[in-house]
Amino acid sequence: MNTNYDTIIIGGGPAGLTAGIYLSRSRVKTLVLNEGTVGGQMILTHEIANYSGVESVSGYQLANIMKKQALSFGCDIQSNISIKNINFEGDEKCVMLEDGDRFTAKSIIVATGGRSRTLGVKGEDKFKGRGISYCATCDGDFFTNKEIVVVGGGNSAIEEAVSLTKYASKVTIVHQFDHFQAFDHAVLEAKRNPKINFMMESSITAFNGSENLESVTIKDLKTNEIKEFKTDGVFVFIGYIPNTDFLKDKINLNKWGEIIVNSDMETSVKGVYAAGDAIAKRFRQVSTAVGDGTIAAMAVSNYIHDLKTKQTASCK
Amino acid sequence: MLYTNLKHIESAEEHAKILAENENVMVICGRMGPMCIPVYGIAEELEKKYPHVKFYDMEFDHPEAHVIRDLPEVRGFMGIPFTIYYKNGKVVKATSSIQTKPQITSILDEHLATK
Ligand SMILES: Cc1cc2nc3c(=O)[nH]c(=O)nc-3n(C[C@H](O)[C@H](O)[C@H](O)COP(=O)(O)OP(=O)(O)OC[C@H]3O[C@@H](n4cnc5c(N)ncnc54)[C@H](O)[C@@H]3O)c2cc1C
Repeated sequence: MNTNYDTIIIGGGPAGLTAGIYLSRSRVKTLVLNEGTVGGQMILTHEIANYSGVESVSGYQLANIMKKQALSFGCDIQSNISIKNINFEGDEKCVMLEDGDRFTAKSIIVATGGRSRTLGVKGEDKFKGRGISYCATCDGDFFTNKEIVVVGGGNSAIEEAVSLTKYASKVTIVHQFDHFQAFDHAVLEAKRNPKINFMMESSITAFNGSENLESVTIKDLKTNEIKEFKTDGVFVFIGYIPNTDFLKDKINLNKWGEIIVNSDMETSVKGVYAAGDAIAKRFRQVSTAVGDGTIAAMAVSNYIHDLKTKQTASCK
Repeated sequence: MLYTNLKHIESAEEHAKILAENENVMVICGRMGPMCIPVYGIAEELEKKYPHVKFYDMEFDHPEAHVIRDLPEVRGFMGIPFTIYYKNGKVVKATSSIQTKPQITSILDEHLATK
């Protein structure tokens, strides 16, 4: 097995795959290591209609095209891996996997994206798939004529709450603040919907039930009053967090855990670049991730070229 | 249609035949959605590592997927995919919603191990 690369890309979403396409095409020996299924958040998207040049495509299809394109240029891709340790110091970077495999490279691109935030309260794991869901289009129909709760106050929460009224008889939106972060028009649509109720300045502190979810414990954040609220299901949409926990103390992150990069996508460590949703930036889309991946790849190409030139010169 | 690289079960009859002919079978019954695709992806990868297990998927909305939807073991499940693990035709484990690779391999190792 090949273990020595020019570049290792950590993360196989649109940012990582694009970097893989560019680098492999310019004959830079590249490995993409991806924790889950290749494609990243794209595979969570039923339809992508705003990616320029493609009228409409399912995220799964777009992910597979990008993967195929990268493989066709000779990029190596490993999915469902788990990173145990990384060493970014010096000219040779090293990535160790949980299964014992070890890879080295001259440079690294971190393109680990983000993931849905979970509530992290008692019972959440137990009732996943037994009343708790993170995907309205997947599981909405199990809640036909049932009373459910939607947690969150951003665009996803408000839009999904409205879409869930197709199935549920009653939707209660539980939100921790006294106002919503979602667009005004989305909030207005929710407020006009007779099936939707609001429980503001409140948070869920536990999920209860025997086999299936039966109720949630809700805390009123103004009065600290605790009450039990009967419900058949809970949909959680409380935003995303960057997948950068494993980078703490290795590269500079901001207070939200996002990777700080310069305009060439270079991080605080020489030879380590980052791209996509995991970096500190305002807009997170497939097209912006693809753009970041392109910049990172081109910058890495130059970096490797300079490094090789330097090494050759020092051998003379 | 499920456009995965797994073998698809298209009817109740085929489902019964597969269970009758194979000792260890895993069936993922879902749609092409974000909770299901990762599970198909993991199964596709595990096919090589677990040659003694037959991996299949079945479309959740197919009328004959009642062979999965009506199993007593999935009563109360409210998240797709419904993933069923069979040993000698009997359900030994069933899970609801997305699962991680370690969760799946631990079930395979515990319930569908080679003797
Ligand atoms: C429901 C939903 C709908 C969306 N709809 C659209 C849309 O219509 N149009 C649009 O343009 N954008 C949309 N987006 C946003 C878009 O999907 C993201 O902006 C984009 O996927 C970010 O790409 P990325 O490559 O930076 O990260 P991701 O897509 O998050 O990919 C990161 C990859 O890295 C892997 N990874 C994470 N941690 C590690 C680790 N430690 N080791 C190895 N691998 C790791 C992950 O498994 C993942 O595969 C949507 C997002 C969601 C969630």
